[in-house]
Amino acid sequence: MLNRRELIDRASKASDKKAAIGPDIDLMDFVTSSEEHDYLPDDRFHDLPEDEKNLLLLSGVDVLEKERAGTYFQKDTSVVHCETKQEGLEIIPIKEALEKYDWIKDYYWKLVSVDADKYTSAAATGLHNGYVIRALPGSKSVYPIQACLYIGKEGLQQNVHNIIIAEEDSELHMITGCSTSPHLKKGMHIGISEFYIKKNAKLSFTMIHNWAEDMVVRPRSAAVVEEGGLFLNNYICMKPVRSLQMYPTTHLVGNDAVARFYSIIVGSKGSEYDVGGRIFLKKPGTRAEIVARTISNGGRIISRGHLIGEVSDIKAHLECKGLIINGGLVYAVPELEGHADGVEMSHEAAVGKIAQEEIYYLMSRGLSEDEAVSTIVRGFLSVDIPGLPPQLKAEIDKAIEMSEKDVM
Amino acid sequence: MLVIEDLQVELAGNVILKHIDLEIKPGETHVLFGPNGSGKTSLLMTIMGYPQYKVVGGTISFKGEDITHSPIHERAQMGIGMSYQRPPTIHGLKTRQMVDICGKNQANTEELARRVNFESFLDRDLNAGFSGGEIKRSELLQLMAQNPDLMLFDEPESGVDIENIALVGETIARLLQKECTATRDKSRLQIKRERNKMGLIITHIGHILDYVDVDKGQLLFNGVLSCSTNPREIFRCISEVGYEECVRCSIDEN
Repeated sequence: MLNRRELIDRASKASDKKAAIGPDIDLMDFVTSSEEHDYLPDDRFHDLPEDEKNLLLLSGVDVLEKERAGTYFQKDTSVVHCETKQEGLEIIPIKEALEKYDWIKDYYWKLVSVDADKYTSAAATGLHNGYVIRALPGSKSVYPIQACLYIGKEGLQQNVHNIIIAEEDSELHMITGCSTSPHLKKGMHIGISEFYIKKNAKLSFTMIHNWAEDMVVRPRSAAVVEEGGLFLNNYICMKPVRSLQMYPTTHLVGNDAVARFYSIIVGSKGSEYDVGGRIFLKKPGTRAEIVARTISNGGRIISRGHLIGEVSDIKAHLECKGLIINGGLVYAVPELEGHADGVEMSHEAAVGKIAQEEIYYLMSRGLSEDEAVSTIVRGFLSVDIPGLPPQLKAEIDKAIEMSEKDVM
Repeated sequence: MLVIEDLQVELAGNVILKHIDLEIKPGETHVLFGPNGSGKTSLLMTIMGYPQYKVVGGTISFKGEDITHSPIHERAQMGIGMSYQRPPTIHGLKTRQMVDICGKNQANTEELARRVNFESFLDRDLNAGFSGGEIKRSELLQLMAQNPDLMLFDEPESGVDIENIALVGETIARLLQKECTATRDKSRLQIKRERNKMGLIITHIGHILDYVDVDKGQLLFNGVLSCSTNPREIFRCISEVGYEECVRCSIDEN
């Protein structure tokens, strides 16, 4: 049985522990409880008010669940919708999983340490909920599962814990949106995510963040990828947020395991982002790629990437490209660490402005200066992501398209 | 019609074009010769409207309108287009998207690409890793979609392999309406009379003359334009005695 008592004890000791990086947040500024929201069965979920529907769409969440394999929707601290529409896929609120299933002990707090900092501590001691999503061995999903963690209550600190398991030979796609009510000003989101990609499984995880301007966000996530597995992680954040700091870690522990991280961040004035990730390549044949595109539009963006090659015959590449178009800061921190003969590791980092020559080139084809700039920016943000289903690619393009006005 | 009168241009404080007079009538194509650094590309960039080429004297007018100080995109919208020698790479912008932009989403991009053997490049980032010849075909493809009335070609045959030179030459001829095969409705003369596309082509090696009927040759030397009516004659003269002598000869003639 899972010894939650022991975990909570360890977590409690870290309740004041500052994170290794990122601005320190005073958790006393937030409340940790909210009123309960009713569970919405299919028909009522499909019938959400128009403005909420549109807002959720911005984060890739379609309440009509067209072309979705299932949905997990949490509002504040309550699960309001949790359904799977496809055989071989399980979606369980984590609180329910902790009560009912013994196997959860093999996954809960196994990759992220419970006493890493005050945020992990808060997620352990004051867990609201979260999802456990599991693709059973050999199951292949065509459509993605959508998950949304929504904050409606002013000043709430939402503590969630998610576990995603792609069993052997399965294929799972997820699109997750985090969002807030259009009226919300201040709030905090702490999200623990632990990813298990087993032998020859494939997981694509696309996260679109859509926060309120005064939100503080501290995701804490880690992944393990076994032999022949593929973990594709896409992160898009185009909307202002007060402070976002995350540094997910991935361990490639089986031969030929692959991890690819793509992130697209637009930092508006008053926003501070400290994002990046670390991938350990521990077995021959493993491959890792971190690609970041950041645009500062007056915000501060620190874009990190750290690749650690522990054995020979690994390949890893890091690409951080930043554009500053309206003041602000882009700080690219690429790190490569090779521990053996025969590692192939490279990085490419560039911070700059839009080349005037490119603007003129497009203008000579008939575009106005503004149109030329937005065409170049759109190109800069469009990253080819191999292995991503076209439908998710379309979601990403849509998110970029819709927030383009904010960029300019 | 393009009319340039007494044009003087500075680049970064240096005078690079001196008292240029040039007139291209509808249907006419001129070819521009001159050694490296003589100001040929600068003249094209000035006509296109690149602001770093500062017009300090004279005027440029197109279709009767003074465009001396118009921004680039207004000139493009009026019907001026350019085939660049070394265009910038735009990452993330697919060649297909650029062709669509040129054709204002009305062009049949696939069909046009087929004509210059470029279908397989449509989904590649614009100019990213393109060879010299591929850049030319990409530029021509964009002009085909844009279909401007005045086309400026900056060394369209440089870097093009022997196999593709005919393709490039014939494409330019078609763009400039130089193909005049008589049809049932129209005689060759009629087609020629209805021709209204204008061209200005920079060339070093003159291969383009084998494919495109050129009306006039212009020789640019040290920022000064001297003119002859017969492009082949200029080309022969340059080949035999060099640019400098050729300039002297044309000055003597005038």
